[in-house]
Amino acid sequence: MVDDAAHELDRDEVAKVAGLAMLELTDEELDTFTPQLGAILAHAQDMENLDLADVAPTHHPYPLVNVMRPDVVAEDAGGPELRDAVLAAAPDVEDNRFKVPPALGGD
Amino acid sequence: MSKPAPKPTATDIAAQVRSGERTAVEVLEEHLAVVADRESEIHAFNVVIADEARERASAIDAQIASGEDPGPLAGVPVALKDNMCTTGIPTTCSSKILDGWKPPYNGTAVDKLYEAGAVVVGKTNLDEFAMGSSTENSAFGPTLNPLDTSCVPGGSSGGSAAAVAAGFAALSFGSDTGGSIRQPAALTGTVGLKPSYGTVSRYGLIAFASSLDQIGPFANTVADAAAGFEAVAGHDPRDSTSIPEQLRPVTPHLSDGVDGMRIGVITELMGDGELKGFEPEVIAQTRAAADALAAAGAKVSEVSVPSVVYGLTAYYLIAPSEASSNLARYDGVRYGNRVTGVNTAAMNTATRTAGFGAEVKRRIMLGTYALSAGYYDAFYGKAQRVRTLIIDDFARAYEDFDVLLSPTSPCVAFPFGAKSDPMTMYLNDTCTIPSNLSGQPAISVPFGTGDRGLPVGVQILAPMLGEVELFKVAAVLEGANQ
Repeated sequence: MVDDAAHELDRDEVAKVAGLAMLELTDEELDTFTPQLGAILAHAQDMENLDLADVAPTHHPYPLVNVMRPDVVAEDAGGPELRDAVLAAAPDVEDNRFKVPPALGGD
Repeated sequence: MSKPAPKPTATDIAAQVRSGERTAVEVLEEHLAVVADRESEIHAFNVVIADEARERASAIDAQIASGEDPGPLAGVPVALKDNMCTTGIPTTCSSKILDGWKPPYNGTAVDKLYEAGAVVVGKTNLDEFAMGSSTENSAFGPTLNPLDTSCVPGGSSGGSAAAVAAGFAALSFGSDTGGSIRQPAALTGTVGLKPSYGTVSRYGLIAFASSLDQIGPFANTVADAAAGFEAVAGHDPRDSTSIPEQLRPVTPHLSDGVDGMRIGVITELMGDGELKGFEPEVIAQTRAAADALAAAGAKVSEVSVPSVVYGLTAYYLIAPSEASSNLARYDGVRYGNRVTGVNTAAMNTATRTAGFGAEVKRRIMLGTYALSAGYYDAFYGKAQRVRTLIIDDFARAYEDFDVLLSPTSPCVAFPFGAKSDPMTMYLNDTCTIPSNLSGQPAISVPFGTGDRGLPVGVQILAPMLGEVELFKVAAVLEGANQ
């Protein structure tokens, strides 16, 4: 693996990244996206001018800490009605569960 | 550009409804008539919920009749960006993948608006999943700028901006991840606030980039924006990033003035440095705004915030990285639409491929790449360090200044299709992005006009939880803009 921003993105890499993101691209889309993503990443070259060695990363505008609460059921946690509403909005359900095609096989 | 008629303000409506001078039903019907007149042309809404709104308005009138106070936004017609979850009302993010989905719950901001007496009239159009600066990326077609229908209203909250500018609603709400409230406010001549990160709950706001997203109001006046902010702000135990501090009310300070305030104009965002592409009229109006504040007693000078020039670069690595993670949940399993496949993985891929538009795919791929092994340090890791530099530079500037000033958008509203290249479109966010990276509040206020007579927005920036100072300055600029 190359560890610098100067690396130029090619068509095969875009196809690979799309696969990782569970997206399928047509040849035309690969033709369009490859230079577009390349141009955006080229912009990242700007950061090479900066001395960031001693700068800590910011993950979040506020220093985050775990937010705890007592482990009790909230009054408004929702019962069977909420469950039914959630399931009603799902693409496919069976016996109060989300249903998907077989996990294995079919390739 | 057609000169818009003066619109009833949210604060006037609430005062009249609370005093019994007007009914919520009357107010609603007036607004629905404007919707009937122009919505087919503007397309601000993904859905108008006239029946629910009428029921709600009648309920508010019944409360008044029985001596109850419905709240500070009593009877105010409100439009909500279609990425805010509303129980039983379609919430699509303007994406095919969520078309037809009805959330089983309200977001906290939505609940708070109902508690304040607001009447929700509909859900507004946006760039798909809030990714864009023109609302051209909506899967359901673009929104037109009510001030000039050949132009975009900005984005991503373009529908919410247009709804207020056109008089469809007295108040609306959007979300701002890199400028998605402030830039459309600037392009439609409305007031738009991105509050401090953590002041408005993100519970029920469909996530784009969780460390940057924040809900805020659009309004026709600064006082309305203040009322809208106060209605939705406050700690929420359901959002672990919601800040527990008690917030200062802003409305009592609207007429405080700016005498003695120290206001810094950000040198790097005034168009003569490294960052290019600022329209001369936009710069001229921003300088005129600075002069107006000086005339009102503020001490105005220029200040350098050097790292803001790297904001765009950092943002377009951080936001897509967070988005690639947040949008992994759209896999055709639990909600939204599904395209079937021979196995689960094939179904996931077919669903996402058919459900997402080009800009969303672009950003998901960009984020996936920036986070991948071997590139993480070069892209995402560096961008997070740049984020620290920006926060540090702002902190230095705020040692000498109470608030900062810049244009909101480098340009006024632009014609459809004018910025079809992604990088060109991203440059619209140059001035607004730094506040999302720092988490600090910023507001866009209309100030004069630029090219083709279209409105210019001036941006005021403040330190964390500095909304009171923002609104003091905004009110003075509004007065000077009469």
